[in-house]
Amino acid sequence: MDIVLQQLVNGLTLGSVYGLIAIGYTMVYGIIGMINFAHGDVYMVSAYLTAIAIALLTFFGVQSFPFILIGTLIFTIIVTGAYGWVIERVAYRPLRNSSRLSVLISAIGMSLILQNYVQLSQGPNQQGVPTLLSGAIRFHVGDGFVQITYLKILILLIAFAGMGVLTYIIQKTKLGRMCRATQQDRKMASILGIDTDKVISSVFVIGSSMAALAGVLVTLDYGSFDFYIGFIMGIKAFTAAVLGGIGSLPGAMLGGIILGLSESLFAGLISSDYKDVFSFSLLVLILIIRPSGLLGKPAVEKV
Amino acid sequence: MTQTDISYKKSGTDAIIAALMALVVFGPIMGIVLNGYQFKLSFDRVFVIVAIVFVGRFLMSTFFQTHRGKMMAFRYANNDDGVTVLPPNHKSKMVWIIPLVMVIGLLVPFIASKYVLTIVILGLIYVLLGLGLNIVVGLAGLLDLGFVGFYAIGAYGLALGYNHLGLGFWSMLPIAAILAACAGAILGFPVLRMHGDYLAIVTLGFGEIIRLVLTNWQSFTHGPNGITAPAPTLFGLEFKRRSAHGETFHEYFNVPYDSAHKYMFVYLVLFVVVWAVLFIKHRLVKMPIGRAWEALREDEIACRSLGLNHVLVKLSAFMMGAATAGIAGVFFATYQGFINPTSFTFFESALILAIVVLGGMGSTVGVVIAAFCLTVLPELLREVAQYRILLFGILMVVMMIWKPRGLVRITRRGFARKEGVVK
Repeated sequence: MDIVLQQLVNGLTLGSVYGLIAIGYTMVYGIIGMINFAHGDVYMVSAYLTAIAIALLTFFGVQSFPFILIGTLIFTIIVTGAYGWVIERVAYRPLRNSSRLSVLISAIGMSLILQNYVQLSQGPNQQGVPTLLSGAIRFHVGDGFVQITYLKILILLIAFAGMGVLTYIIQKTKLGRMCRATQQDRKMASILGIDTDKVISSVFVIGSSMAALAGVLVTLDYGSFDFYIGFIMGIKAFTAAVLGGIGSLPGAMLGGIILGLSESLFAGLISSDYKDVFSFSLLVLILIIRPSGLLGKPAVEKV
Repeated sequence: MTQTDISYKKSGTDAIIAALMALVVFGPIMGIVLNGYQFKLSFDRVFVIVAIVFVGRFLMSTFFQTHRGKMMAFRYANNDDGVTVLPPNHKSKMVWIIPLVMVIGLLVPFIASKYVLTIVILGLIYVLLGLGLNIVVGLAGLLDLGFVGFYAIGAYGLALGYNHLGLGFWSMLPIAAILAACAGAILGFPVLRMHGDYLAIVTLGFGEIIRLVLTNWQSFTHGPNGITAPAPTLFGLEFKRRSAHGETFHEYFNVPYDSAHKYMFVYLVLFVVVWAVLFIKHRLVKMPIGRAWEALREDEIACRSLGLNHVLVKLSAFMMGAATAGIAGVFFATYQGFINPTSFTFFESALILAIVVLGGMGSTVGVVIAAFCLTVLPELLREVAQYRILLFGILMVVMMIWKPRGLVRITRRGFARKEGVVK
């Protein structure tokens, strides 16, 4: 019983992180219909940026946790957003009128570039950040107990705040309206005077910022990372996006949480060695059985 | 020559913006190197790369304002066209090149040193993989990112068949091809009716599942510790110094023992198999099924309207590709003598994809050349080996923008009415 509850707590935090990264996949797919294969590696870059920001801030004598957290978040989100913009500008915009296969191969190339670039710049070793916030709340359940660290609570709060801000931007602001218009019909939107190139760029920046948020939170929680983490995280976040219905924002969040919960339960109750196999099999199964996901609209194919 | 106005002010602004972005992007990651919880500064390389970006962007911006640049930009935006059709009376130079390559290829094992021979074998294995993936990606237009999964099935098929069932190289060669093709069919059948991008992700997931199972199923596959694979035999003669079962190769032919004999034999068998695959592929492309693959790549909707069963056509391409990868896997295992799951990561799939992309989608000659370039060159240039993946990545992005159909375009013989036929 306590294992199940503990895994539910872990799964919820993990799932909210998957949801944050899945937003990047789902928004890009919704607007230009491509799988941004390099998105997982953008998340990996943000993990490195987090460690760099923390190292810089502690070097300049900032000691209190809230200041470090806010400083790291701002720095990481700005620089990762710049990565998103540059990736779109360099690797995807020249291919706007090419076949989907070309764009996808270009994205895979970008993913390899990012991995190797970070490996060459920062060295192949695992890196880490110091534990900045420790302590936990414990509940006694039966014989055992369930432990919720303060950091996990923080992750949930920040992740949901991030999703809330994003929902506000998409639903209420001018930029959000332009995004939704471009998603519905790119050609019509550009006829009506929307600079669709700018909208696509801003979608990449927003997606990358959300990945940066996830990168900061996971790095603070796990403490260690290397240049290869983006690959597995990317596939899982993509699974979350597909599970929720690709192209749908609430779907990405819901899919992330469902994936996180089911994966944690599988790891806790059945086998932790095969938890990645479980997630990938889930991905294959969803795509075969219900490719439109939980909240997505079924794609109408013209024949 | 038309004179066009070149605005250096525009080039300058473009360059400054690009340099500023480069500073933001490269500055933290390249300039501040993590060292434990501390950091070291190395801003010299950041300045070098920002300067390169500044100058490069300035030149590019200026060039694209000239008449020639504008024409080039227009070509890049519209260069996704199909196959080049040759005139009907075109004579291929291949008639001379093929026998020449065959003779040189047959002489290689007797001239080359053992080290060179092992590299050439590796190159040939990648030729086989490239040809297999070329059927799937190049001809049928299905992006398969889990190709390494079939390669692993072939390699582990040999190793596991040997350790658990006592099967040797020759019996596993066809069995592995069939196994891989079956795996391709099982994966492909439900998956191939869906959208192209989803196929890429599902195959990627499949490749990773295979690798994770091979790593974690320790009692069966020995997990990350790896497993031994048998060497091939010549009519039962083993290429060993001493054999428990009867005579060995050097005893039978009464020659001194040389460890290179095994590689010479593997090379010769592999050489024959590669030619056989090349031949089969060459004929398949001209057969109705090959035409159907290419037609489906160019326009799926039109093909389905004309009554092609798109699932079966795609499935046949998928299975052919998988079987080729299975054969390549058997050769890889027997050549290494020992395999473990680290040889079958996603990077391997990306490398094979890079071979196909560089060589030209659907082009056989291009893929053979690209396979040798991408596997043999890194072996010879050890100093740049660490930049290998970076270069592959840049290659993939640049090729997609510059020549999305690869360096060697697919060509097809044109047809014309024969002289003297009554109109």
